[in-house]
Amino acid sequence: MTATEVKERIVGRALKRREDPKLIQGQGQYLDDIKLQGMLHIALVRSPHAHANIKQIDISRALAHPGVVAVFTGAEMLDINPLPAAWQAGGVKNNAVTPRALAVGKVTMVGDPVALVVAEDRYIARDAALLVEVDWEPLPAVVDAKQAAQPGAPQLHEAAPNNIVFEWEAGSQTDADAAFASAEVQVSEPIINQRLIPTPLETRGAIARYDNATSEFTVWMTSQAPHVMRLLLTAFVFGIPETKLRCISPNVGGGFGQKIFCYNDMAFTMWVARKLGRPVKFVEDRAENYQYSTHGRDHITDAAICGTKDGKITGLRVKTYANIGGYFSTIAGGIPTTLYGRILNGVYKIPGVYVHVTGTYTNTAMVDAYRGAGRPEASYLIERMVDRFAAELGLDPVEVRRKNFIQPTDFPYQNGLGLLPYDSGNYEPALDKALAMAGYTEFRKAQAEARTQGRYLGIGVSSYVEICGVAPSAWVGLNGQGWGAGLWESANVRVHLTGKIVVTTGSLPHGQGIETTFAQLVADELGVAYEDVEVQWGDTQGTPFGYGTYGSRSLSVGGVAVKKSLDKLKAKVKKLAAHMLEANEVDIVFDDGKAFVQGSADKAKTFAEIAAQAALAYSLPEGMEPGLDETSYYDPPNCTFPFGTHIAIVEVDTETGHVALKRYIAVDDCGNRINPLIIEGQIHGGIVQGVAQALYEGAVYNEDGQLLTGTLMDYAVPTAAMVPHFELDHTVTPSPVNALGVKGAGEAGTIGSAQAVINAVVDALTPFGVKHIQMPVTPERVWKAIQQK
Amino acid sequence: MIPSAFEYHAPTSVAEAISLLGQHGDEAKILAGGHSLLPAMKLGLAAPGVLIDITKIAELRGVVINGNVNIGSLTTWAAIAQHEGLRRVLPVLGEAVSQIGDLQVRNRGTLGGALAHADPAADAPALTLALDAAIRVHGPKGERTIAAVDFFTDMLSTALEPDELLTAIIFRPLGAGEGAAYVKFPHPATRYAIVGVAAYIKLNGTHVSACRIGVTGAGAKAERQNDVEQAMLGGDGGDEALATASLRAGEGMDILGDIHASEDYRRAMVKVYTKRALAAAVARARG
Repeated sequence: MTATEVKERIVGRALKRREDPKLIQGQGQYLDDIKLQGMLHIALVRSPHAHANIKQIDISRALAHPGVVAVFTGAEMLDINPLPAAWQAGGVKNNAVTPRALAVGKVTMVGDPVALVVAEDRYIARDAALLVEVDWEPLPAVVDAKQAAQPGAPQLHEAAPNNIVFEWEAGSQTDADAAFASAEVQVSEPIINQRLIPTPLETRGAIARYDNATSEFTVWMTSQAPHVMRLLLTAFVFGIPETKLRCISPNVGGGFGQKIFCYNDMAFTMWVARKLGRPVKFVEDRAENYQYSTHGRDHITDAAICGTKDGKITGLRVKTYANIGGYFSTIAGGIPTTLYGRILNGVYKIPGVYVHVTGTYTNTAMVDAYRGAGRPEASYLIERMVDRFAAELGLDPVEVRRKNFIQPTDFPYQNGLGLLPYDSGNYEPALDKALAMAGYTEFRKAQAEARTQGRYLGIGVSSYVEICGVAPSAWVGLNGQGWGAGLWESANVRVHLTGKIVVTTGSLPHGQGIETTFAQLVADELGVAYEDVEVQWGDTQGTPFGYGTYGSRSLSVGGVAVKKSLDKLKAKVKKLAAHMLEANEVDIVFDDGKAFVQGSADKAKTFAEIAAQAALAYSLPEGMEPGLDETSYYDPPNCTFPFGTHIAIVEVDTETGHVALKRYIAVDDCGNRINPLIIEGQIHGGIVQGVAQALYEGAVYNEDGQLLTGTLMDYAVPTAAMVPHFELDHTVTPSPVNALGVKGAGEAGTIGSAQAVINAVVDALTPFGVKHIQMPVTPERVWKAIQQK
Repeated sequence: MIPSAFEYHAPTSVAEAISLLGQHGDEAKILAGGHSLLPAMKLGLAAPGVLIDITKIAELRGVVINGNVNIGSLTTWAAIAQHEGLRRVLPVLGEAVSQIGDLQVRNRGTLGGALAHADPAADAPALTLALDAAIRVHGPKGERTIAAVDFFTDMLSTALEPDELLTAIIFRPLGAGEGAAYVKFPHPATRYAIVGVAAYIKLNGTHVSACRIGVTGAGAKAERQNDVEQAMLGGDGGDEALATASLRAGEGMDILGDIHASEDYRRAMVKVYTKRALAAAVARARG
């Protein structure tokens, strides 16, 4: 046993998040808490129509309203460019039409802003916005992704004939055709993955300030990626040097993907701040967030699966229409392609797979990444189809999964859909553990018994694999995936004279516990007190460049950048310690915050002593620079591929159609575990969002493009009281991709869960001949499915 | 999400409130717990010029059990649910109001406010119908009492005159051989009733001698179910009798349909929930 194994490590301990106390005591600072001297407020004039031409805008009455400072329309902002389309579908033509700061000429969704009022306070701005008169010419609307591509559908953009944004494919049509031609059994099913509204607790917004003397902007934003926003807003929208914009993400109240993107409010607050020479604030209300900030999912798919009578899956065909909304949002092209189409065969070896995705514009809110982003849609589809396949054959869905799993010896595994190989996996132990926790065999007996009494229980299994820490940059950027930048991260670790440590990172927390997890890493690596480590983030002025926090990448990419800086730092510490101890560097052991010559631990130099020497520079080795301060960049060689099995147990009230989620079991493998409490928290929240999609949530537009679920009174976000206690466990299969062996846990809960619930509901309703029900499985949908028997 | 400007008054007595109502007429709205009115104002669905905040009127708050059960109109759901005396003499009230909204809503929302607002999906109207409550109101001409069955006139409309203030709700305690229950299908987002059914049963020996049912959520207003009630009378309240009687529930009602529950489905659920409410009420009446 070596010394490093005896000491109490902080990594692996379930520390409470250090971010939380101030936030739960109301001492955090969110965007709307920020008040600048002389700050003005913006209210938007938004379209009441889903699709209309703007014939004329009369701002005179609004301008005359007391307290109004200015009123602007989109035509005045043509000196800045439309927002960029940063991730387009790879390797194919994209008809990307992105929003401008304000719409000009026409609108393509309800809530599309056409003018803005700047006033001394928010109330005046709101009142005056009602006085702007817009002469609309309403146009026919289309809201359905598939109908939008049909002949005769209303056309949204000249640059996108038939509303088609892109046509993209993966896999091999020839192999899939061959598999289906020789299959003993095949099943097809239309699968709808309904549109969801991310609903972070804090809505979005921006505050911009312009310094006329230096031509510098500062923008506070509710962003998951302030460095990327800085790049996009300067280089692409304003055409100014990147150095002239400082972006700051203060505390961000949840993102779930919706806050990754470049939004028009960032651009128009900057434009107005420069125009008027005063800071301006724009914050959405909830109704605006629901109408205009991005939504997620919204796929209409025809899927078919085939195989042999004994349950071997040989082919999968998927044709998906992915709703892009009224414009192309920042990374909308990558979600239904790279992050969906390339992982559709899930945890199974399927010889013949072909995927075709058509992205279409519709008169609805833009669709982009929402927790899981493509992988929940993929995982839902394959896991439903595997259950359909098993049911068709009369086989146990668990045994069909087992029979088709990618085996531990198959890794690294090429899935044939154009991904880099799955890094590592061992799917059966996670499945077995979950089955044992659920008591699968006993449940089947109880289920049969209950049916004789008119009670309908169901069990649903979901074995998933997903993609985290999308990388390397050259693969996602250069090689046909369509990403317009890199996807590395960087981190600086700086040691102050007193031995206190500051980590600055381009990753940033909005619920992920990055401050806590990164501090745990540093404390263990340097053997210093956890409390002596500060983690700073969110301000482009004080942190090294990072692509931001999303895609479950902050630990597996950002955390590894921290680890690399720590390795460099430790090398310098050892070199300096050797000098201080008058020893050879190769003989120095640095452990638990002390450096000593091997075998002479009693004559050690503490980390604080070494840090002081480095900072004071009274006696340094020949050629050594003062200071302990290291920056690293980390571009992973591959993505990571977390996996696991989730099991839901439900009871259906066949008289009303209500589904009661009785138990929920999740066994997740996210590689090595730094903070189990944070992982469990992420899994809990993720499962709730997946269960929400299965049972409750769904954005509904009417045919005219009006959002019927426009407030929290109609869009059903579940509360803690609406879900059961979650029974969690895990397996650990370290990732060989990175030095920490970590994979990612931020989205797995969402990716694994919806299909577990739906599989359970369909299982419960087997006696009624039900084969599939579209999400959300509301009581009425269940009741109707039963009635149709 | 920002209401338009309004004038604000906070009277400290019923007389003062009625005087203010007289002065401002149709322009004024009474503010109690604010859980219906304020969201409506924020969404621009209501824009009263004057708000009369009655929460400073202490006499409107509290429960008195003295032969009858007298609940002040400003009494919150939480106060009703936690009231020891009510739990003994009218347990169905606590059972029902505990299903309203969430804890924050129950701490603010009031019985009188909900009845005066008469939301078609509110729970309390169904209860007052099934329990045959009397609703006391004060106006410039003094006080009067309106039977619950006469109180709800249409969607968001009641027998309350614009210059009147709802001051109390009077229930009769349940005795031996009586039972009441409230069951509901909650809206997944708001917890309002998609269908809510309150049932009251009185047994004479083994036979039903009185029955009242109030259905909420399904139509424009909460309604009694006279056909079901008649069908229950004289029966034994057994499973078969309940099943047969509840098939008449919702017949003749104009049933609402929306994205959460279609008209057909709601109609079916009125029957299911009526059956369930009756079954629970009968079981309680049997003791």
